[in-house]
Amino acid sequence: MSTLEIRDLHVEVETESGPKEILRGVDLTVNSNETHAIMGPNGSGKSTLAYSIAGHPKYQVTSGQVLLDGEDVLEMAVDERARAGLFLAMQYPVEVPGVSMSNFLRSAATATRGEAPKVRHWVKEVKGAMSDLEIDPAFAERSVNEGFSGGEKKRHEVLQMALLKPKIAVLDETDSGLDVDALRVVSKGVNDYKAASDVGILLITHYTRILRYIAPDKVHVFVNGRVAESGGPELAEELEENGYERFTGSKEEQPA
Amino acid sequence: MSEPLAQSGGGLTAAPDAPVLDVDPGIKTASSPKIAPWEERHTSYDVESFEVPRGREEQWRFTPLRRLRGLHDGSASATGRVEVAVHTGFGDSADVLTGSGVRVETVGRDDPRLGDGGIPADRVAAQAWSSFTEAHVVTVNEARSDDAPLTVTVTGPGEGQTAYAHLQLRMERHAEAVVVLDHRGSGTVAANTEIVVADGAKLLVVEVHDWADDAVYVGAQHLSIGRDATLRHTSVTLGGDLVRLSPVINYRAPGGDAELDGLYFADGGQHFEQRLLADHSVANCRSRVMYKGALQGAEGGAAAHTVWVGDVLIRKAAEGTDTYELNRNLLLTDNARADSVPNLEIETGEIVGAGHASATGRFDDEQLFYLMARGIPEAQARRLVVRGFFGEVIAKIRVPALRDRLEAAIEAELEAINS
Repeated sequence: MSTLEIRDLHVEVETESGPKEILRGVDLTVNSNETHAIMGPNGSGKSTLAYSIAGHPKYQVTSGQVLLDGEDVLEMAVDERARAGLFLAMQYPVEVPGVSMSNFLRSAATATRGEAPKVRHWVKEVKGAMSDLEIDPAFAERSVNEGFSGGEKKRHEVLQMALLKPKIAVLDETDSGLDVDALRVVSKGVNDYKAASDVGILLITHYTRILRYIAPDKVHVFVNGRVAESGGPELAEELEENGYERFTGSKEEQPA
Repeated sequence: MSEPLAQSGGGLTAAPDAPVLDVDPGIKTASSPKIAPWEERHTSYDVESFEVPRGREEQWRFTPLRRLRGLHDGSASATGRVEVAVHTGFGDSADVLTGSGVRVETVGRDDPRLGDGGIPADRVAAQAWSSFTEAHVVTVNEARSDDAPLTVTVTGPGEGQTAYAHLQLRMERHAEAVVVLDHRGSGTVAANTEIVVADGAKLLVVEVHDWADDAVYVGAQHLSIGRDATLRHTSVTLGGDLVRLSPVINYRAPGGDAELDGLYFADGGQHFEQRLLADHSVANCRSRVMYKGALQGAEGGAAAHTVWVGDVLIRKAAEGTDTYELNRNLLLTDNARADSVPNLEIETGEIVGAGHASATGRFDDEQLFYLMARGIPEAQARRLVVRGFFGEVIAKIRVPALRDRLEAAIEAELEAINS
């Protein structure tokens, strides 16, 4: 049983005109076996929340707390957070030329598990996980994310989650840019990992579309750097009907 | 988060009167020079036919002349000699040379074969040619398997000593070999290295410069490529106070195929300079150049400095030429300067293709974040990225023990800066 607690989190970024506050007091708790959807319009700070949890150096936490099972996550380096059981599936996975996917996955698994996985088991495990996500085995020898399509990158993010087995996974717009087939495959990958583990999931999305495949227990509307309203799955349905207008006062943002 | 500091590139198929320099120098890359007309490129065996460089010349403008210890102005007298040893195998598996397929000779200045590779084109190379007393000639006249590399070890004259050296590696018709030219030791050396690949021969050669901290080495590599001959030349520079290498590809007949790869890793205070010329003077030849460099000067110390100048000349007669050159530099710390100057001059439009690319950028923090976000510790993540950067150069080296040595050397360099 794990718990990620975010308490009154304030985060700013450096801009040309000085520091700008993006998160303005986020409160959120995610437990094992729970799936929370965070929905919000563009620019509301959803991705900032994801990157701040993972520890991206661009985001400065000015106040508040992030705790994983009571441990202060903000005191940890980026790699320590991952080894503590946090995972961020990124919206824009980074290309690392010259580093093969297989070398990368093995290095990451060795780091998070604390010991190198036994070669024979590992090869089988990776093959199985790739097959589940309908990834061609040839990708194992390609450089990390290099020349991958949007859908291929997202599949590999979910592949990494499946292999690194985090306690809490933050999925940052894992649905964006996917066609319906890719969305189905990626969602199945997430659901398979949910079924096989106690993972708690923070699913960040702009659209309700992915929630047809990955059922949330709780839905939070994220506006202007904080959680504006929380509810059950019915809140997503309301957003599907009415958009974010009630929260933003603007008709521009449609979630579906 | 990290933008390339300088970018230029793109392929082009030449139009007859098109301007061919498309170098955008950007930050930290030198301004694009006006190349001297190629007809005026001076070559001579006689040192006195070259003026003493003052530092403003295009050939010398990046080189700190004061650190050449007189190699450039006639004041450096020979006080020692390089040791040259030839073995089969490499590293732990090196063994005494046997059989008749490889001949190792020490010859005098009058040996008629000397000069088959090319003629000096700068004053230090001419000084070395005017000053050497004995030359080493290694001749291969058999097709050797990749599993039996030859190692030619060149050891410097020792700290405080100066030597002028001459080495010729000859591949006879249809000979094949993998050769490691392993340079090490101390002292000041000016050298000509001739690599002569006869018709139909195939040579994979890795030239390693892993000199001691005090060493200064200025060398010209004369690469002569016969009809339908293949040369794969990998240049590795890891150690030395100043190393300046000037490989020139001379095609002797159509069908020549040359790939020049390079890897260099400069620390604070080191000056590593590579000046290449692919001289396409005959038809239907191919050249590929891929040089990659990493630089790291510790904060507060002397800067690391590398220079890469890649000249490609396609002469009027060289129809059907296919050429591409690339240079990438990775600045691991701020205290580093990489000059990168690709030049392409085309005198005929009847070619297959010609292009170049050059980019120098800082270590990509986004890559680091991505790897660390998967639990990989920072030092290991840096190693992965740098190994990945050099990977395509190292992967082409056919000697596993040498690949291991280079990877270990790169890791040792990285650890030096992280500790």
